[in-house]
Amino acid sequence: MSNDKVIIAEQLTKRFGHFTAVDGISFDVHKGEIFGFLGANGAGKTTAMRMLSGLSMPSSGKASVAGFDVYRETEKIKQSIGYMSQKFSLYEDLTVKENIRFYAGIYGMTDTFIKDKTGFILKHLHMESEADKLVKSLPLGWKQKLAFSVAVFHEPKIVFLDEPTGGVDPVTRREFWSMIYQAAETGITVFVTTHYMDEAEYCNRVSIMVDGRIDALGTPQQLKRTFNVSSMDEVFLKLARKATRAAD
Amino acid sequence: MKQFKAFVKKEFHHIFRDTRTVFILLGMPVVQIIIFGFALTNEVKNSRIGVLDNSKDAATESLINELEASRYFDIEKNIYSYNDIEQSFREGKIKMAVVFPQRFGENLQHFNKAQVQLVADASDPNVANTLTNYATAVVMDYQKRITGNRQLPYTINTEMRMLYNPQLKGAYNFVPGVMAMVLMLVCTLMTAITVVREKEMGTMEILLASPIKPLKIIIAKAVPYLLLSIVNVASILLLSVFVLEVPINGSLLLLSFESILFILTCLAFGLLISASTASQQTAMFISLTGMFLPTVMLSGFMFPIENMPLPLQIISNAVPAKWYYMIVKDVMIKGVGLESVWKETLILAGMMFFLLAMAIKKFKIRLA
Repeated sequence: MSNDKVIIAEQLTKRFGHFTAVDGISFDVHKGEIFGFLGANGAGKTTAMRMLSGLSMPSSGKASVAGFDVYRETEKIKQSIGYMSQKFSLYEDLTVKENIRFYAGIYGMTDTFIKDKTGFILKHLHMESEADKLVKSLPLGWKQKLAFSVAVFHEPKIVFLDEPTGGVDPVTRREFWSMIYQAAETGITVFVTTHYMDEAEYCNRVSIMVDGRIDALGTPQQLKRTFNVSSMDEVFLKLARKATRAAD
Repeated sequence: MKQFKAFVKKEFHHIFRDTRTVFILLGMPVVQIIIFGFALTNEVKNSRIGVLDNSKDAATESLINELEASRYFDIEKNIYSYNDIEQSFREGKIKMAVVFPQRFGENLQHFNKAQVQLVADASDPNVANTLTNYATAVVMDYQKRITGNRQLPYTINTEMRMLYNPQLKGAYNFVPGVMAMVLMLVCTLMTAITVVREKEMGTMEILLASPIKPLKIIIAKAVPYLLLSIVNVASILLLSVFVLEVPINGSLLLLSFESILFILTCLAFGLLISASTASQQTAMFISLTGMFLPTVMLSGFMFPIENMPLPLQIISNAVPAKWYYMIVKDVMIKGVGLESVWKETLILAGMMFFLLAMAIKKFKIRLA
């Protein structure tokens, strides 16, 4: 079971001066799992995610991602993960194809691989006729789906999604989640932060951060049972009310 | 290397997709050279002057002809009284008036002494000065001629030679200046903006989470602007040699080397700005005030540094463009070699390494 764990965090902590943004969090994520990472604004989600994706050095604690240490092997971690941020992450003034080519290029993919897979993805997204259009001309939902396809283009072990569905309509959000499920079925582990509590229900397991600590961790069913409520929304509200830290 | 190629390609996509920017980047040096070459010049040519001839004799006539013949003056004919002069100045018809008193020729003949009055419109002091100097020179010339070969006791003739630029062409001064200005603008401003834009759009985060190394990102961002700047240097040099007839007296190789050194300095500065700012507007503001204005004001190109108050003279030493401007002038116009500009070159190189080190350090801090 233990070699099944693609993310292991033990007492992972990040301090900025006197401020402890992430306060000794511990959790595991299994291969192929969809792991929801919840918390109010300012709870420390993004900082935790940045440490796990090799963007930021932890202050203390241990963590490994895809079997690599977050202190010493950030380069290997970066090669094994995909990342999609809450801000839109494609280049608006490049075409769909150019965007794919660029991101695949910086992950060191070969030309033939890029060519084959680009065709496959465009077909899958029903975007063949948009291949040479500028990304800025696409509707937001399409951009978001394209950004996700780009994030998993190099077939990473884990993909980190930082509020990927912000500002997207419900229909597209549903479609987006079906893409996430498909990716998980191919064995990609999905680590996702979100504000939408209905999305939390889609996750295999969920952790909820309050003031830099993980206050609850389990499947949505377990959490609802523990807190004796009927929806994740209520679980979240119960926990978030305890927060003493002001949202940023 | 593959990553790097993909990155540089993407940067070129950005640049060439934005046709307006491309036009500005490549067209600006051409336009500046042409504007400075033909429109903005502090040489005074064909200034309209008035002549009030109260004497109307052979001497005044030939002097007026001399003035007329010089390329500096165009003579406004219809001036017959002091009132006309006043009127013409007010209407802006003339910049200077030459007044011959009555019996000018007679006095000259019999008393060996005559006076001519020059009245200039000194609302623009530089032009007034230049015009009176020109006119005095014309009068002196005439005097010399009528004196002929007669040896006068105790005369000192000053003979001037304008070295390196015998025709006193303004172009000799502004071509190096425009080069410094354009390179500053393209390299510093554009690099600063292009990096900050990635931050603003959130793509920087994605790039940093990818396996490409930050240093590679920085270099890949700078490469297209390095190439564009080389194109700009080439076009400025071609224009100055073939259109403005400013020669390249020194080694072209040395000139290219110094230009690349200056380009790298500007790129490093642009990167430093982009590492310390978060928005395109701030980056633009800092580039313009921090680099562009000092380049224009303190490089010696517009205003001579020797005339500045001491504190400004000291500050001007920190402006990379000042050193580049000196180097280009020396190499291009005076035709000297590295042995004469090694000090300036060393200072420029020092600035480049300092800025680059600062930029890299800043980037690293941000990542920690």
